[in-house]
Amino acid sequence: MMRFMLLFSRQGKLRLQKWYLATADKDKKKMVRELMQVVLARKPKMCSFLEWRDLKVVYKRYASLYFCCAIEGQDNELITLELIHRYVELLDKYFGSVCELDIIFNFEKAYFILDEFVMGGEIQDTSKKSVLKAIEQADLLQEEDESPRSVLEEMGLA
Amino acid sequence: MPAVSKGDGMRGLAVFISDIRNCKSKEAEIKRINKELANIRSKFKGDKALDGYSKKKYVCKLLFIFLLGHDIDFGHMEAVNLLSSNRYTEKQIGYLFISVLVNSNSELIRLINNAIKNDLASRNPTFMGLALHCIANVGSREMAEAFAGEIPKILVAGDTMDSVKQSAALCLLRLYRTSPDLVPMGDWTSRVVHLLNDQHLGVVTAATSLITTLAQKNPEEFKTSVSLAVSRLSRIVTSASTDLQDYTYYFVPAPWLSVKLLRLLQCYPPPDPAVRGRLTECLETILNKAQEPPKSKKVQHSNAKNAVLFEAISLIIHHDSEPNLLVRACNQLGQFLQHRETNLRYLALESMCTLASSEFSHEAVKTHIETVINALKTERDVSVRQRAVDLLYAMCDRSNAQQIVAEMLNYLETADYSIREEIVLKVAILAEKYAVDYTWYVDTILNLIRIAGDYVSEEVWYRVIQIVINRDDVQGYAAKTVFEALQAPACHENLVKVGGYILGEFGNLIAGDPRSSPLIQFNLLHSKFHLCSVPTRALLLSTYIKFVNLFPEIKTTIQDVLRSDSQLKNADVELQQRAVEYLRLSTIASTDILATVLEEMPPFPERESSILAKLKKKKGPGTVTDLEEIKKERSSDMNGSAEPALNATVVTTPSPTEDLLGLGPAPVTNSPPPPPTSDILLVDVFANPAAAVAPLAPGSDDNFASPDLASSEVVSEEPADTVHDADELFHKFVCKNNGVLFENQLLQIGLKSEFRQNLGRMFIFYGNKTSTQFLNFTPTVICSDDLQSSLNLQTKPVDPTVDGGAQVQQVVNIECVSDFMEAPILNIQFRYGGTFQNLSVKLPITLNKFFQPTEMSSQDFFQRWKQLSNPKQEVQNIFKAKHPMDAEITKAKIIGFGSALLEEVDPNPANFVGAGIIHTKTTQIGCLLRLEPNLQAQMYRLTLRTSKEAVSQRLCELLSEQF
Repeated sequence: MMRFMLLFSRQGKLRLQKWYLATADKDKKKMVRELMQVVLARKPKMCSFLEWRDLKVVYKRYASLYFCCAIEGQDNELITLELIHRYVELLDKYFGSVCELDIIFNFEKAYFILDEFVMGGEIQDTSKKSVLKAIEQADLLQEEDESPRSVLEEMGLA
Repeated sequence: MPAVSKGDGMRGLAVFISDIRNCKSKEAEIKRINKELANIRSKFKGDKALDGYSKKKYVCKLLFIFLLGHDIDFGHMEAVNLLSSNRYTEKQIGYLFISVLVNSNSELIRLINNAIKNDLASRNPTFMGLALHCIANVGSREMAEAFAGEIPKILVAGDTMDSVKQSAALCLLRLYRTSPDLVPMGDWTSRVVHLLNDQHLGVVTAATSLITTLAQKNPEEFKTSVSLAVSRLSRIVTSASTDLQDYTYYFVPAPWLSVKLLRLLQCYPPPDPAVRGRLTECLETILNKAQEPPKSKKVQHSNAKNAVLFEAISLIIHHDSEPNLLVRACNQLGQFLQHRETNLRYLALESMCTLASSEFSHEAVKTHIETVINALKTERDVSVRQRAVDLLYAMCDRSNAQQIVAEMLNYLETADYSIREEIVLKVAILAEKYAVDYTWYVDTILNLIRIAGDYVSEEVWYRVIQIVINRDDVQGYAAKTVFEALQAPACHENLVKVGGYILGEFGNLIAGDPRSSPLIQFNLLHSKFHLCSVPTRALLLSTYIKFVNLFPEIKTTIQDVLRSDSQLKNADVELQQRAVEYLRLSTIASTDILATVLEEMPPFPERESSILAKLKKKKGPGTVTDLEEIKKERSSDMNGSAEPALNATVVTTPSPTEDLLGLGPAPVTNSPPPPPTSDILLVDVFANPAAAVAPLAPGSDDNFASPDLASSEVVSEEPADTVHDADELFHKFVCKNNGVLFENQLLQIGLKSEFRQNLGRMFIFYGNKTSTQFLNFTPTVICSDDLQSSLNLQTKPVDPTVDGGAQVQQVVNIECVSDFMEAPILNIQFRYGGTFQNLSVKLPITLNKFFQPTEMSSQDFFQRWKQLSNPKQEVQNIFKAKHPMDAEITKAKIIGFGSALLEEVDPNPANFVGAGIIHTKTTQIGCLLRLEPNLQAQMYRLTLRTSKEAVSQRLCELLSEQF
């Protein structure tokens, strides 16, 4: 099972964190810091896998973002690497050539997409269509909900 | 600010995020955040009721602030309110907030659970999905309590939508992982297994994850999944790349599902012949596909394909039964060892490590040794080099040990600091295990200290000393070698320790050579003295006093050193004490006493290597253990006679520095270990010269504690309140239920007992052997506090008068609540003639009495054996035979112990294996045992594997006493 997934930038800014096992906040912070340091120190062309604590870490860099998953001893590294890729594809399809800014400004969407794709540390559905359909349905519901608002109201000035 | 692509309208949030991004400093960011927090707080507290949209927006802002790494201490209530909104987006944000920021505030959990309950009951698939996600994300025990009963129903209900089924399966999996006790198996399990046949591949994928986890703990319940998984897999691997539509990933059909199915099959031994044929076909197809030209140049294609391939190889290794497939797998991995993709080289090295432990493929793996050594030298990535080290370690055997150890030593000179310690341990283990020639071993360890002295842990250098002490053929060489190594102007402190110790014991063996005369040896050691730390200096002082005995001719030189102010008035108490005592010892003791006190160290008891234990601890459960096992087996097959000496090893390594003075008041029996700072004065020895004087040993009680002294004879004619172990008699009852427990001139105690599952009944017969009445006869069964909670004993009082020649009977009803270590004590008090009698014996109610034997096939046995491979689950003991080694008697004892005796399970017919289940009220604990006799050495190795460490430990102790 996947223990957690992290997205962070080359500058070491955490963009998304998803924990599949209850972990104390203090430990989370420590682990994130430690792991970012390890991964950021690695050179390109190095192997995408490493042993870290009692876990296996699988990571891949896409443009300025690192996608990093921690899995357990028996889990399959290569399929995890492709899980990362499929997630990137999903983000890309949804946002239309996704970039780091999309994930910053629409962090909640990035979480929703991940939730549709992976649950409890296991892949839920590997079909791109199924996952996107679920998200689009939700968006549809959202659009129906929204009533137009004035810009001023949005800015909290009304 | 980028244009938001779809459906969103929280502009206020986007503005806030922009502001944060524009902050030039951390302070500015914090200021902006505090402003926002104040704003949100006032909105939440304001009198104007917020509409759903605003609540959603503010909750989302709070979430963003939290994810930036700031603490959030309000807003939970607003988020919970959002859960009951009818609007999807508001509900969704509410759930997201809860998932990320849940705390165990019980009031809140109740409200959250309520909202979840409503959504689960809504029959609206999107709402149900959100609720299930929330349960899976939080996964707390409270949630399991509330929903573990409900979710299986949703999962198997006929009208549940596919997407909800997927979520329900994984949600249940999550709850099972945190609280397995709250997810009882039931009717639903068989229906879950049939989800493997579902039309929707997404459902199959999710269900396979669930089944795999459940099957690991309940293999019986899910064994029908094997044939279903094989046929599903077969359909996938034979399908054309377009058949599975969206589940085909870069021309690879359903790679995720394939990997999961292969993983599920690894929970079971090879299936029945009919299914096995089909599975073998699948595995062959997968291996064949690896040789086909790629259907796409994209790395995703080859990754997905190879992910399936590696998982298939894992399954082949797990089954370890098809030599043909194993060798093909090995060849495939061999190709990957030279692949241009670093990832594949890494995985090939990793996978080969496990392959090396199969006897079918060990030789095939060995053919790649040059490639692996080359990887060690040329790989640019430390994690790949680490894998290469692991593989070299795994493929090492007698034939290539010298080469591999040499290469590892070579690599150690430039190795990354992060893996040095591990390499040192590995080299030390290999050098010891495969040493044909112990001079090579000594050289190797000294090289280790020279190259990586800082990484040589205590275990390693203790070990070399133990081996040198136990093997007299290498002592002279060791003395000569350390003497030479110490000539180096700068040598590592660990070398000084080893050198000091060995010369102190065996310096005499090289003293004949004028180049290493006593004085030269002493001066050499003493030249290092002042640069060393306190513990090392303490050790050297002990070496000096040993020199006084070995070389009387330099006694005065040594006394001068001991007498100097820097020793006698040393600020360190330990050093000062040693100097004072040694000086005194050297002055007043006669040569005879000196020779006795400072006699050469007796051989160390032979047990498992402490280095191995350390490596296991370092690497955690998994590869190391399995590997070791197979290796042990293999090497004992090849060279049985050398084995006991090689495996001969010590677990508790007393520190030679600390406890050299640890002579307890003689005679030493079961006294507790001396305090580490050794306050016990040597003077005691002289004050009591009649007492047995044991040789000055490095403080290990093991050297003294003889079993005869420990178990004292039970003769209690006088008032006494000590507990009589009556170990001999007690141990006899471990394997039998009836007999005489105790007897002296007055009293005989007999036992008759029966046990079934976790219950038992014991009849105790007290016989008065005299012609006089016993008065106030009161037997009491006493359990310690610990024992009371695990063992329930009920007795009735007996008649306080026992006539001469009469026998009274007492019944004890026994219930085993949980596993336990100690035995209850039976205390008996009575008056005989004019004297008060008081005696205690251990009542032989031992854990193994609650064994139910289990018959199983060889396959099942080794399957389970492997599953219990966590180092904590295994306990091993190597011991000398105390009785004649007769196979029939041994069999009877194993059966008497309570486990089933499994014939034709162990490949070596001389070995005994057994299996059974310990029944306690709370749990059942499966136990496997294996006893390997070594007739030549008159020794046994006993290995226990159970799911519980304490149980393994206890059973091993009990059974070890029987042979």
